[in-house]
Amino acid sequence: MSTHMPAGVGPRLRKGESRAVRYVLIGIALVFLLFFLLLPLAAVFAHALEKGLSIYLQSFANAEVFSAIKLTILTAAVSVSCNLIFGIAAAWAIAKFEFPGKSILITLIEIPFAVSPVISGMVFVLLFGLQGFFGPWLAGHNIKILFAVPGIILATTFVTFPFVARELITLMRSQGRDEEEAAMVLGASGWRTFFHVTLPNIKWGLLYGIILCNARAMGEFGAVSVVSGHIRGLTNTMPLEVEILYNEYNFVAAFAVASLLALLAVVTLVAKSLVEWKMHSPERPVPELGEPRQ
Amino acid sequence: MSKQRRNKFPGFGLSLGFAVFYLSLIVLIPLGALILNAASMSFSDFWRAVVSPRVLASYRLSFGASLVGASINMVFGLLVAWVLVRYRFPGRKILDALVDLPFALPTAVAGLSLTAIFSETGWVGKYLLPFGIKVAFTPLGIMVALTFIGLPFVVRAVQPVLEDLSSEPEEAASCLGASPFQTFTRVTLPSILPALFAGFAMAFARALGEYGSVVFISGNMPMKTEIAPLLIMTKLEQFDYAGATAIAVVMLAASFLLLLGINLLQRWSDQAERN
Repeated sequence: MSTHMPAGVGPRLRKGESRAVRYVLIGIALVFLLFFLLLPLAAVFAHALEKGLSIYLQSFANAEVFSAIKLTILTAAVSVSCNLIFGIAAAWAIAKFEFPGKSILITLIEIPFAVSPVISGMVFVLLFGLQGFFGPWLAGHNIKILFAVPGIILATTFVTFPFVARELITLMRSQGRDEEEAAMVLGASGWRTFFHVTLPNIKWGLLYGIILCNARAMGEFGAVSVVSGHIRGLTNTMPLEVEILYNEYNFVAAFAVASLLALLAVVTLVAKSLVEWKMHSPERPVPELGEPRQ
Repeated sequence: MSKQRRNKFPGFGLSLGFAVFYLSLIVLIPLGALILNAASMSFSDFWRAVVSPRVLASYRLSFGASLVGASINMVFGLLVAWVLVRYRFPGRKILDALVDLPFALPTAVAGLSLTAIFSETGWVGKYLLPFGIKVAFTPLGIMVALTFIGLPFVVRAVQPVLEDLSSEPEEAASCLGASPFQTFTRVTLPSILPALFAGFAMAFARALGEYGSVVFISGNMPMKTEIAPLLIMTKLEQFDYAGATAIAVVMLAASFLLLLGINLLQRWSDQAERN
């Protein structure tokens, strides 16, 4: 913790900015954040409720919207689960063992974050599209991946690939393997050690990764847009439904579906803050309450 | 660590084997398909696809608007990080959590909402119209959207460095008679500069590939408000896979260069912090 002192307490140590400068800086930051963050968030709910609550609720009494919600939940559930298992496996290998090529592996795991969502979807078109590498074979065997649910899940999994792994790699590397070794010296098997020692140690990091991964999985637009084919009632996720409703000038319905996603974002932020607080509270038992800061 | 002990620790083969298998299946093979597809194009076809006027216009717009968005975020992100770390005021914790909103809010929702706000009848747009400023459906709108989605990067890159910064050099500068502004530019800024650049590069890279928020607000007019990812999408819809691949490879190369740059900056930042 820094020992930075407010102006007035330790004038001989550090002069600090004058009160006026401080208020101006806080003011600018506040205006910037409210303008760029709070305003868009508020606009979603304001426009969704523009024509009243009953019309807002009516937007959801629609089979297509309902199927979009179902598909979004299914996609997120599968993608997050797969990336969760991968994240644990990758973090176990990287954090508990030394092997050549480790830093390359870590870099490769981060790649999906650097790839544009449109390109993330496009690679699956090149693989499974009719002109793609496996396209003719799949068509011959009557297997549909592109413009169907499997393609949507694949694209979403690609885009959300690093979230859990990245979180767990950092966390488990800092924890080392002393506790696991102790458990195994006492006779616990590998799996038993994992479930009774490792898992409790990483549960908050795991949850943190899941929260971020899920938010992105449910909200992904670009990658899913490329592979979905936009078949209403079948391959439309919620973000795609928002776009279709908007293009049909059905603004209230578009904002109504968007408001659910905005609500998800708010819940995500709250859950994320809670988990952050849980993760850091044992290390820092006394929060900044006692600090004499402005 | 002795070899025997390492061998006794279980799960290496299983965990690494599964991780590499899954990584190949989901990421490496699909990306390989893109590279393979590009490699099968003749160079003249590739070149013609990349330098056509419409593609060049989309690159200019994508790079230009991303640069503007990332620059705005560099200035205000530094300011926000500074305010969140150095000052205590009511609502600070909520503001801190709110910074991550662009990560949590689906891009389509952000695009929809920003379009509504900045349209000619929108909350902000109607006050800009008398001045002749149009934001929605112009390049300006794209810059607004790219600023929004890149907002957390600089804040989150600079914040931890600022928190861990030892106060002694600043106190020393202050004792030696430096003004707060001099202390900031001569002492504080140099030590957070690597993190600031890393945050800028991350915001830039994210903006370069962004699609969801931009398609709503840009109006998508070829040569005017058509970003490169949208052009890829258009080519795919026309089954022009070769054209889409060519644009994508250039974008991918730019992203990987940025990723490399970010990694170098982070290493520099870690070193700066240790010193």
